[in-house]
Amino acid sequence: MSENNRLLIKGNKYNQKITERRTGILFISPFFILFGIFGIWPLLFTAYLSFHRWDILGTSEFVGLSNYINLFTNDPLFWRALGNTFSIWIMSTVPQLILALLIAFFLNQQFLKGKTFFRLGIFVPNVTSVVAVGIVFSAMFGTQYGVVNYLISALGFDIINWRGSYFGTHVAISAMVLWRWVGYNTIIYLAGLQSIGKDIYEAATIDGASKLQQLLYITIPMLRPIIIFTVIQSTIGGMQLFAEPLIFGVGSNYQGLTMTLYLYQEAFNRFSFGYAAAIAWMLFFIVIIVSLINLFFSQKIKSA
Amino acid sequence: MNEIGSNKFGNLLVYLFFIVVTLLSVFPFYWMYVVGSNTTSAVNQFPPAVLPGTNFMENARNVFERIDFLGVMMNSLIISGAVTLSVLFFCSLAGYAFTKLTFKGRDAAFIFVIATMMIPPQLGLIPNFMLISELGWIDNLRAVIVPAMVNAFGVFWMRQYISSAMPYELVEAARVDGCSHFRIYWNIVLPIVKPALATLGIFTFMMTWNDFLWPLVVLKDSSVHTIQIALRTLNDVYSTDYSMILAGTFMATLPILIVFLIFNKQFVSGITEGAVKN
Repeated sequence: MSENNRLLIKGNKYNQKITERRTGILFISPFFILFGIFGIWPLLFTAYLSFHRWDILGTSEFVGLSNYINLFTNDPLFWRALGNTFSIWIMSTVPQLILALLIAFFLNQQFLKGKTFFRLGIFVPNVTSVVAVGIVFSAMFGTQYGVVNYLISALGFDIINWRGSYFGTHVAISAMVLWRWVGYNTIIYLAGLQSIGKDIYEAATIDGASKLQQLLYITIPMLRPIIIFTVIQSTIGGMQLFAEPLIFGVGSNYQGLTMTLYLYQEAFNRFSFGYAAAIAWMLFFIVIIVSLINLFFSQKIKSA
Repeated sequence: MNEIGSNKFGNLLVYLFFIVVTLLSVFPFYWMYVVGSNTTSAVNQFPPAVLPGTNFMENARNVFERIDFLGVMMNSLIISGAVTLSVLFFCSLAGYAFTKLTFKGRDAAFIFVIATMMIPPQLGLIPNFMLISELGWIDNLRAVIVPAMVNAFGVFWMRQYISSAMPYELVEAARVDGCSHFRIYWNIVLPIVKPALATLGIFTFMMTWNDFLWPLVVLKDSSVHTIQIALRTLNDVYSTDYSMILAGTFMATLPILIVFLIFNKQFVSGITEGAVKN
């Protein structure tokens, strides 16, 4: 082989490397271009906005930290929204995850027939749009003629003023979240359960462990990483709760006002973009803090 | 052996539990139809009507009079279809590059993609609105389609699938035969990853179809409303006519239920695989 030829091959390889690099960057670039425009830039600009008084006409004035200071010291609505968000988050997440775990545990039992049918029935709410859920639950939780109050009165209890009371509004909104997401979490837990070997349960059964003991001492500890995953997902979702209270109605005491709804109203009803941007950053910090607390507690449970 | 008797009773309880849970799960759908097929006055009384009535067509006609139902369904279809096709294309293209092409900074770039999934979308809501206004895209379907054309979850999902389903030798052999990278992607990768595309596609379609906050902000005129925004308008403006509103809600929910029942396998496996991999 001549020296020339060898160089040609070498050059070819070098060329190939360059094309591979160029193509690679070209192929992944759509994500980075789009994320740069609609992801990173807005993130930074939200921070910039939050230090300004800014209205829809574009007039702006630098105000330093005063938006944040106002939020903390001079805005009872913000604190109310924060409290509502947490209350609804807990009321929807805790029963939702426990129920999902129970359903998944039972769905994983060998004797059960009709698994596919039950699984489908339990999952189907998740594909319903949040608007449809909001509307139908608003009808069901009507104070005067709602079917839930009808059931309650038929059982001999006093009817509940769903729209007018703190408790009623939080229960109705939590019920929407619960209904829509139980099936989703069930499917995730079920996938986790199916990765646990059958022999562990068999051994436990031989040793005389009851189903409840198996659930508490085998299933839950082995599902721990997946449970953490669902808790974090529910946290992120819960902090972003928006459409359900918007459709159900906030109520005269703002008992249905959540943080994202407050952010939306400040930005697009009152057009105070700067103040709304400060709320957006607070929301982000709260999501991070709550996620960290979650992680901390689950670490503690692990070492206990 | 007295275990057997108590077990049978326990099994019965489990069945009972499932019947109750499934009924609760399905009840709101039933209720949509019950209210939507009665008159509002039949619903607004104690005891309320609990069985389907005969007024559905009448209520549906009222819905068609108040909103351009077919038009908003079409808008939703255009948005969801365009977003889904483009997500499938760009995410699988990136997934291919992230697994089968070697270039400097590739792995760092992928970690960056994953990290972006942590950012809540509300954080950029206001600047995005200002940007869309500057572009003159308010009341234009582009405002919803373009920002959603590729997403981090899709890139992650396609990368995981391509790296496990496609041997590197296949790429090398095609390279030796003189195939360009795009031809390899189009003629070899795409056919192999069809199952992952199906899952990602149905997932993206449903998410886009049900999306609410962003379309609410940028699609103001009723001619560009999606079905979700139109339903919300119906609920806001005619809040006393519950039967008409729920007839509309039922009609809007039915197509997505049918789509789900057809593709429920891809959907469910998508969720489980996504969760287990995370």
